[in-house]
Amino acid sequence: MFLISCPWCGERDQTEFHCHGEAHIARPENSLEMDDAAWGDYVFFRKNVKGVHLERWTHDHGCGRWFNAARNTATDEFLAFYKPGEAPPADLERVS
Amino acid sequence: MSRYSVFSLVRNAFSYHQNWQRAWRSPDPKREYDVVIVGGGGHGLATAYYLATECGITNVAVIEKGWLGGGNTGRNTTIVRSNYLWDESAALYGHAMQLWQGLSQALNYNVMYSPRGLLHLAHSVHDMQEIQRRGNAIYLNGIDSEFLSPEQVREMVPFMSMEGRYPVLGALLQKRGGTARHDAVAWGYARAADAAGVDIIQNCEVTGFDIQDGTVTGVQTSRGRIGAKTVGVVTAGHSSVMAEMAGFRMPLESFPLQALVSEPVKPVVDCVIMSNGVHAYISQSDKGELVIGASSDAYNSYTQRGSYDIIEDTLQAICEMYPLFTRMRMLRQWGGIVDVTVDRSPIISKTPVRNLYFNCGWGTGGFKCTPGSGHVFAHSLANGDMHAIAAPFSMDRFNSGALVDEGAASAVAH
Ligand SMILES: Cc1cc2nc3c(=O)[nH]c(=O)nc-3n(C[C@H](O)[C@H](O)[C@H](O)COP(=O)(O)OP(=O)(O)OC[C@H]3O[C@@H](n4cnc5c(N)ncnc54)[C@H](O)[C@@H]3O)c2cc1C
Ligand SMILES: [Zn+2]
Repeated sequence: MFLISCPWCGERDQTEFHCHGEAHIARPENSLEMDDAAWGDYVFFRKNVKGVHLERWTHDHGCGRWFNAARNTATDEFLAFYKPGEAPPADLERVS
Repeated sequence: MSRYSVFSLVRNAFSYHQNWQRAWRSPDPKREYDVVIVGGGGHGLATAYYLATECGITNVAVIEKGWLGGGNTGRNTTIVRSNYLWDESAALYGHAMQLWQGLSQALNYNVMYSPRGLLHLAHSVHDMQEIQRRGNAIYLNGIDSEFLSPEQVREMVPFMSMEGRYPVLGALLQKRGGTARHDAVAWGYARAADAAGVDIIQNCEVTGFDIQDGTVTGVQTSRGRIGAKTVGVVTAGHSSVMAEMAGFRMPLESFPLQALVSEPVKPVVDCVIMSNGVHAYISQSDKGELVIGASSDAYNSYTQRGSYDIIEDTLQAICEMYPLFTRMRMLRQWGGIVDVTVDRSPIISKTPVRNLYFNCGWGTGGFKCTPGSGHVFAHSLANGDMHAIAAPFSMDRFNSGALVDEGAASAVAH
């Protein structure tokens, strides 16, 4: 069980939140030219890293807003929380 | 390898059971094998066993980073069933079910397969429609299943609370479903594979693949390089990590899935009880412990532990449905890392690297298919072409869109 810091509301219990998997996957803009493999990759294939994972969360039972987090999936330690549109902190690898 | 029998039991009794032969050797790795299997869980060991005994390939090594069955094989709640919706799944899980029936005899090892019956409860109109659709599909595929009325459920499980928060409107019963002893499955396959010439190498971690011109030629390990003409990767929750070493990605996410057992009590639950809408399922081990399973955590993790809110969710459902158990104490809780696909079906497949095959994606429910998975994977590795039962489970289905969507049959219940 985690304590999660919503960038808007501050530290709350994990049960208020929902995780939505890998972050920073942009919807392709050239969809007409994409073949099956490129679509498959976009929709289904994931990094699923053991280590620093950049992921999306929503604060469902709080402000309801989306944000991103960096978490080490080998230890479950959160390294950073940041708002949508922001770049992940640069020095994450060092922390893990 | 001396066979286990009532005579060997008596013979060994005379020397106070001090002289039993070791169940398998612990050899040093050779320089090269025809086939290297990465991962000494049930599926990897079964693959090696069928390669050696059915496909005539005995120059095989199973390489395990920890101990045999120390992954999900030794952490699961041991439920065996084959009541899946789609034809492709019926063929695969049905194949496993056939093999379970004669497995103890084939391996000369008691895997304690116990077809004690498996109840899938329906708590809502939606659940009723789901079990009816699935039950009829299963029936058409020649797999046994029966619909039970609430009265029949009450007869089977008299202490279940049928009204209240989780009313029971009916159930789907698979009589051949039940449990098997998870460790015994790993050990039985290991012992029989070893007897057929397979080298089982524990405490040896695969750290990379040697790939030349797009073809795998061996693996790098914590005990040096081991050459291989063919490599089968059967590493469950760590499959994405292995794929990254080989230079590609998998359509997988790894989640913690947990289970817990109670203090042992006298026999009370004589079947397996599960439902799709309630995040708790229960059976009783031969030692007397209630074996309780939960849903997985909804975030990627490799930590082999589950979060407490899931335990709370699970046990509230158990207490609600079985008031009898409200004062039971839980003894142990643990987690495993399950590799989940979006369609909740496994991946038994070639990969972008030639002669490198993956068998993974079994997620929350692969124990039941251990014999079937090993069998079709062994034949696929031996022939260089996927076995007909395995073919629909290629990882290419995530590009073509031909998913085998078992979400309803396996989302919660394992
Ligand atoms: C709590 C829980 C309950 C479950 N309940 C059920 C159930 O009731 N019924 C059911 O059918 N299924 C159930 N499952 C799912 C089932 O356990 C798995 O699908 C199945 O056991 C997978 O077997 P496997 O041999 O593929 O994987 P594993 O047994 O996990 O074996 C993979 C092996 O690969 C090894 N490995 C990983 N990386 C490396 C490396 N780099 N080098 C060498 N070795 C490596 C690991 O150490 C591990 O031993 C459950 C799972 C969990 C966690
Ligand atoms: Zn918030």
